[in-house]
Amino acid sequence: MKPAFFGINAAQAGLFLAALLAVPHLLPNEYYLSICILGCLSAVIAVGLNLLMGYAGQISLGHAAFYGMAAYATAIATTRFSLPIPVGMALGVLLSVAVAWIVAAPTLKLRGHYLAMATLGFGIIVSIVFNEAVDYTGGPSGFVGIPRLSLAGYDFASDLSYYNLMAVVLALVVLMSLNLMRSRTGRALRALHVSEKAAASLGVDIAAHKRFVFVLSAGLAGLAGVLYAHYLSFIAPASFGFSFSVQLVVMVVLGGMASVWGSVAGAFFLTALPEALREFEDIDILVYGAILVLTIMFLPDGLAGGLSRLARRLRRSGGAS
Amino acid sequence: MLSGAPQYLVSGLTQGAAYGLIGLGFTMIFNTTGIINFAQGEFVMLGGMLAVWFAGSGLPLVAAVLCACAATAVVGALMERLTIRPLAGAPAINAVIITIGVSILLRGGAMLAFGKDTVVLPAFSGVTPIMALGAAIQPQSLWVLAVTLALLAALKLFFTATLQGKAMLACACQKKAASLVGISVARMALLSFGISGLIGATAGAILAPITMTAYDVGMMLGLKGFAACILGGLGNPFGAAAGGLVLGVLESFGAGYVASGYKDAFAFIVLLLLLFVKPSGLFGKAGVERV
Amino acid sequence: MRLRAAALAVCAAILSALPAFAADPVRLGAVLSVTGPASFLGEPEKNTIQMEADKINAAGGVLGRPLEVVILDDETDVNKAVLATDRLLKKERVSAILGPTTSGNSLAVMGKAAAAKTPIISCSAAEKITKPVNPYIFKVAPSDRLAVARILAHAQKQGYKKLAILTVSDGFGQAGREVLKELVPAQGFELTADEVFGPKDTDMTAQLTKIQGTSPDAVICWGTNPGPAVVAKNRVQLGIKTPLYMSHGVASKKFIELAGDAAEGLLLPAGKITAAEKLPDSDPEKALLTAYTKAYGEKFNAPVSTFGGHGYDSLHLAVKAIEAAGSDKPEAIRDALEKTKAFSGIGGVFTYTPEDHAGLGPDAFIMLGIDKGDWVVIGE
Repeated sequence: MKPAFFGINAAQAGLFLAALLAVPHLLPNEYYLSICILGCLSAVIAVGLNLLMGYAGQISLGHAAFYGMAAYATAIATTRFSLPIPVGMALGVLLSVAVAWIVAAPTLKLRGHYLAMATLGFGIIVSIVFNEAVDYTGGPSGFVGIPRLSLAGYDFASDLSYYNLMAVVLALVVLMSLNLMRSRTGRALRALHVSEKAAASLGVDIAAHKRFVFVLSAGLAGLAGVLYAHYLSFIAPASFGFSFSVQLVVMVVLGGMASVWGSVAGAFFLTALPEALREFEDIDILVYGAILVLTIMFLPDGLAGGLSRLARRLRRSGGAS
Repeated sequence: MLSGAPQYLVSGLTQGAAYGLIGLGFTMIFNTTGIINFAQGEFVMLGGMLAVWFAGSGLPLVAAVLCACAATAVVGALMERLTIRPLAGAPAINAVIITIGVSILLRGGAMLAFGKDTVVLPAFSGVTPIMALGAAIQPQSLWVLAVTLALLAALKLFFTATLQGKAMLACACQKKAASLVGISVARMALLSFGISGLIGATAGAILAPITMTAYDVGMMLGLKGFAACILGGLGNPFGAAAGGLVLGVLESFGAGYVASGYKDAFAFIVLLLLLFVKPSGLFGKAGVERV
Repeated sequence: MRLRAAALAVCAAILSALPAFAADPVRLGAVLSVTGPASFLGEPEKNTIQMEADKINAAGGVLGRPLEVVILDDETDVNKAVLATDRLLKKERVSAILGPTTSGNSLAVMGKAAAAKTPIISCSAAEKITKPVNPYIFKVAPSDRLAVARILAHAQKQGYKKLAILTVSDGFGQAGREVLKELVPAQGFELTADEVFGPKDTDMTAQLTKIQGTSPDAVICWGTNPGPAVVAKNRVQLGIKTPLYMSHGVASKKFIELAGDAAEGLLLPAGKITAAEKLPDSDPEKALLTAYTKAYGEKFNAPVSTFGGHGYDSLHLAVKAIEAAGSDKPEAIRDALEKTKAFSGIGGVFTYTPEDHAGLGPDAFIMLGIDKGDWVVIGE
């Protein structure tokens, strides 16, 4: 463990936070702030999912379920049981963590496409529960009246205050992930990605490490979930279905596997893209699909890889001139 | 008087045969390329929508269905040629994301070309149900089952009696060895996408008279097909067909005897439990991993 | 998904003809589910709003100013509906919002519009939208309660005692199911079965077989296409003779087309627009309804639906309120909307009061039957 790395990480995350906090002052219109908030929420989940997919090499096609169950948990706790918001949020994240802990043991034994199927099936089962447990979740038409976030007497009523909060949360999550990957655990995770047998032979407890990273990423999804519920004040099962799980995976891959910054970029890119494509009217869906396909074809290592290659090329041409 | 069980069984088998065909498509592509094709469900959608479109433009029903299947096979082959082959060497997950992108394109294209309405294809031979063993059977159900069996038999023949089929099997077993003995793995991938498109479209076209179809039916059917081929054991075409039948019957009995709202959950819970006990599906071989 | 270009073109044409017209446009916004699962609702709404806005502009606009409607597609996605509403409120600065199309999206964006003190005229049906009354939120789609009441009144007359319900597990079906589970027992019927199917399900024989086992006098199916068409087909396939009621969710020719012969003899409550030409000539709404039917059919080469009517009603209610208020200030529109009296729209006759922002009475629905592939109006 080299403390110098953590200094670099902290500096990077600090710069990132400063950049995020500057964004609202550069936006021409407050409307773009809502996109940024949703982008931050997706980025928190994507960074967590990347720990699981990019570093540990395990896929999950059911992460929307953890996002959703935390959102519903805090929604129910703060309205039906009138619990304080921080308690509801803690319960939400705890629920995601606990469910992930239970599900991890039998699921993570599976490999490749079987693991994909198991997590997919889990996600579908959970989203059916959101739909069918009408008495608790409000069913398909959604859950109304979740209180807007207020913590320690401060009301996050304006979009700007909520965005600033999200920026801080995202920067912390990024910092945590960067540090984790530089740690012993991070190296163990990467080792088991390359070869489980080789890692095991070096004394890495495969099952425990996989479970740890699965639970961590589910917890981050849960964190995003509770923040989403108290931002929108309304949640519906359609937001937590298979499509969103797939979208999260696309964010991670599009951003660049095993790159924390890539996941952040992928999340913002995919959140903002449909809004940017509104100008295309009816054919926006085709443009969206084409951009997705072309990006992966021409940037096989994702936005992160593409950007760093671009930077290198610029540096080289700068040096030549 | 209708009794429950036989009716649930008939409905389940009809649905299951379609899931099996879709699963079969997944398996074909997986075997030669190692990727899961998320656009498989869109092939099914195209089969149904194109059949309706061809029938609407004046072709007789049979010709319309055949044209739809052929056109979708071409779409499958084009997809491989244009989006999958250029990726050679990239990680499999990239190819999977590409298939997601292609599925968005196909869905969007179908929406713009055919509109957003649900459409229906006439049944191949009437709608007067046949009563047997206390169950009402639609003639179209028999068509679905018969076509599924015929396709399975044809595939069996293809794999055992033709050079192309044997080459494809060889690819599935060991890609490198196959290419060493002179098999073009790239051509096999192209062929498998084509056949996959054909099988998917067939499922879509024979199912359309019963279930109707629309530009957005692909995703759900694709999921069920994926579940079918995992249930049967990935890589085994006949396992996928069997997995589909099991899945269909589970759903139908789930709706009948458990709660209809939870019928999909019921099927998936059984699937998960099975995977926990048997991590490579019903008929899958446990993989041996080299260190 | 925007009308602006078209509307501006029309405006430009008029501007050149009428110099006096050179004023800032009156800006309205619309959040509609033009694509996605609810596109069957959102698309006719969008078409109708475009058509009617063009018509209003051709006739001189609103308050002597051109009318501009910014239509945004929410893809039937709640997050996109919120983003679209934000855009309309903060970037486009519209005076009022038409839509959203679905109940969930309406519930999700209500708070934002109310906070911005801008009125919303929702095209969705859920009672929660206007109950309790939020001063800024109005709706034009009739509540499910009215449709259920129509069915139950008919069932009572037939002497049915035992009813079974079969509902789709989406927002529409759930809303219907809640009202059905409340009203069926409350009006003295026995509820024998309560079954559900998924919006993408393709086979309902299992549910129907189960329902048949409880021998009801009639079955009520609550859903939107294509599910109910599958139910109708499965019913014929299983040889079930028990009468089947459908909901207003399938009150379009499309349903008859999908279900084919299986639609024969089915009954459903529907807005008058569904069978406009079948109404007696004495009906005061007939002229308006047939005119809209004709105009829509000519322009889009598609049959009208109740849903397009919601677009018509929301737009015209807003325009009428602007004219009554003599201003396009959101607050003024809200106040004028609340004073709307006996406005004859496509969905019925609207009267809003501070206590009632739903505006429609039980006469919004008539009972229709299906005979030889066409509607028949079932008398009272």
